Formats: sequence, C-alpha cells, structure tokens
Amino acid sequence: MSFDAAYEALTDHDDDARWAYGTGFTDPLAGVDTAVPSGVEPAELAAYCLMLGDDALIMSHRLQQWVTRAPELEDELAIANIALDLLGQARLLLSRAGEVEGAGRDEDALAYLRGESEFRNVRLAEHADADFAHLVARLLAFSAWRLALLDRLTASADPVLAAVAAKGVKEVTYHRDYAAQWVVRLGDGTPLSHERMQAAVDAVLPLTGELYATHEVERRLAEAGVAVDPADLRGEADAVWEQVLRAATLRAAPVPGDVPARAGHTRALGEILAELQVVARSTPGGVW
Amino acid sequence: MTAAAVAESVTDPELPLLTLADLGILRGVEEHGSSVVVTVTPTYSGCPAMQTIRDDLVRALRDAGYESVDVRTVLSPAWTTDWITEAGRAKLAAAGISPPGPAPRRAAGPVPLTLGPPRRDIRCPRCGHAGTEEIAAFSATACRSLRRCPACREPFEHVKEI
Repeated sequence: MSFDAAYEALTDHDDDARWAYGTGFTDPLAGVDTAVPSGVEPAELAAYCLMLGDDALIMSHRLQQWVTRAPELEDELAIANIALDLLGQARLLLSRAGEVEGAGRDEDALAYLRGESEFRNVRLAEHADADFAHLVARLLAFSAWRLALLDRLTASADPVLAAVAAKGVKEVTYHRDYAAQWVVRLGDGTPLSHERMQAAVDAVLPLTGELYATHEVERRLAEAGVAVDPADLRGEADAVWEQVLRAATLRAAPVPGDVPARAGHTRALGEILAELQVVARSTPGGVW
Repeated sequence: MTAAAVAESVTDPELPLLTLADLGILRGVEEHGSSVVVTVTPTYSGCPAMQTIRDDLVRALRDAGYESVDVRTVLSPAWTTDWITEAGRAKLAAAGISPPGPAPRRAAGPVPLTLGPPRRDIRCPRCGHAGTEEIAAFSATACRSLRRCPACREPFEHVKEI
C-alpha cells in the first residue's frame, strides 16, 4: 500500500495538470455524449445548467466555511463530505453549461471569472449561518428541495442532466437525512437547543418561497421535458418538513408565496465570491 | 497481458487494497492494436480520486506497451455499491472495513426520509458481533460511514450502500 501515487497527481508528472486554483482536473465530462437534445435552445439549456450548478457551488462554499467550526469532528467530516458531493455536482453542471454555451468557457472560467450578477443560484444558498441550528435548518431546506428536483430530473430529455441527477439523488438522500436528524436531535433536545432550533426554523423557512417559483427558462425547458418546474416540488418538500418538525416537536413558520424566481442576490454572494475567486483573479492561469 | 487485465489490476487510490475491477467502476476496455479505450464511472460526483485513477490507468497501460490510451467517463447508469465484487468485499472485510449490504431498492414515490440511524444489522469486521452502532454517517471519505462495536469496543468503517 503506497501513498506515493496519491501525491504524484500534485506534481507536473504528466499532461497539463493545473493545481493553482480550481480543479486542475481534466474535464469531468470527458467522453460523455454531450449532444444537445433537438428542439432545445442551447443558451437556455446552458442557463439552466448554471442555475443548478451555481446552487451547488455556492451552497458547497458556505458548507466549506463550517470546516474547523463544527461542534464535533464527526460533523466536520459530514459537512466536508456534503460540500464535496455538491462541488462534484457543480463541476459536472458548470462543465455542461460551458460546453452547451459554446463560448469556450470551462468550469473554472465559470466558477472563478464570472461576476456577481452572472450567478444564477437561489439566495438560500448564500445565507451565512448564525449558528449550527441555522446550518442544519438551511441544509434541510436546500436538500429537501434539491432531492425532489433531482429525483424528477432523472427523467430529463437531456441525457447529461439525467445522469448527473441520478448520481445526485443518491448523494443528496444522505445530505437530507443528516440535516433532518440534527433538526430532530436539537428540536427534541434540551429547552435551550429546542429554543435555538425553533429560532433557526423561524428564520430559514420564510426564505424558502423562492425555491418554488418558476423562472421562465425553467418553464420553457420543463415544457420540452428537459427541466423540472420547481412549483411541482412544493408538496414533496412540505411533507418532509412536516415529518421532521413533528418528530422535532417544532412548529412551522410561514413560507411567503409569489416571490420572484432567482431574482438577484443578497450582499452575501459578493462576500462569498471575493473569497472563492481571489486566487484565480490575482494570479490568472497560475500553477504550482 | 491484455489491456483489460492491466486496467483491472490498477488499484483505487483511496482504498488501495481494491483494484478498479473489485470496485466495479471499470465499465469497458476496448483494445485496437496498440490503442486502448477504457471506460470508467465515478463512484460519487465529487470523488477527488477520479483524476488519479485516470492518470494511473494511462500510466499502467503505457508501461504495458499501449501507445494510445483514452480514458472515458460514463455517468449513466450511476455506480452502485452492488458492483463491488465478491473478491472486493472479502478484501474489505479482511482489512477491517465492513463491506456494503445490498443497495436500497426504492419503491415508487418520493425518496423516503430516514430520521433514525439505519437499523441494518451490520457485523463488526473484527469480532463478528452483530449489534454495532453508527457513530457518523460520513467518515474519512464520502463513501464510508463510521461505526463502533459495543462488544470489542473498536471503531470501524463501513462502506455505505448507494
């Protein structure tokens, strides 16, 4: 058993490895059949891949910020692994977006060189967590919604989206269970943990209205059998919340309706991108 | 040695006791003269070992005399732990890592939520005791959970069913 091989990839032993920032890996879709389904506008498919990819990328970054701050080592590992799964989904989706767009932007260009206004993620992914209870509430909201979405996306007419979704369903099932189990443990715990978990639910649930609002790109692609209309996800996500809150002895908080879909960002995104993009922007194309 | 035999004997960088064949991620090896096309499928979307696996395959096949090596990724059907071979399961158990049980079969409808720890009967790979407990659903890698055995008091890793 040798660990040498694991570290060889870090050096310039081979091909064009780039490790200064970003992935340094080859195209994660290498060899995958990436033809655009007929009747689908490539720009719209690219925009949709960016939406789902940016959701995963920004949520992953927020989760990574918890590493070294989690209450226990086991939770550090869980949060880091969940962040890694989402980063993997983001890589596939941004690669797909770049390819469909056809402007020569790869996953690194899309993650590290886009401006704030070009990001299409939901605002829920951006929020800074006030404490661990907020984190698990937000992760439950995000993963209950994303699991329902990916599960339907496995039937997409776009074979790449369907394949990314099929892998993602298995991963996000574990993410949702992790978050739900913590909400129950804290909600049905001590008076203090109950109070703080209820405060987190009261803060997070009202942010979820935007998750079920349909963007025009989503509506058109859903009609073409490529995308999922997020309005269809509400029932499934509500049922999950109901089951978790009952077990956690917590009460629900109102979810506002008619929130515009993916309309703009909070100031938090700028802070995230400043951290995420600083190395790539200060040393363009740098290697080490 | 055939290209298939070379590719099958490359080991996984995170679980070096397993070959790629044991892990079930090799989906095809096509040999045309001195060129080879290898098809692999990732385990998890974010698996950081994929690039090393690709490099290791290219290096092993070049060392075996193949001039052109193309490693392709296939995402569908998604990898499942059911593809880990019997030999792979035996190697995991011998190394103190509990091999996965059958992957969950889903009924129609939404993915069910698991609020308690899974009630699967997972035996301790060291002492064989059946009543082990989950410490954490995520361990050193995404594909493993951390468990403990109340009989021999040892922690161990379990390859999660997906």
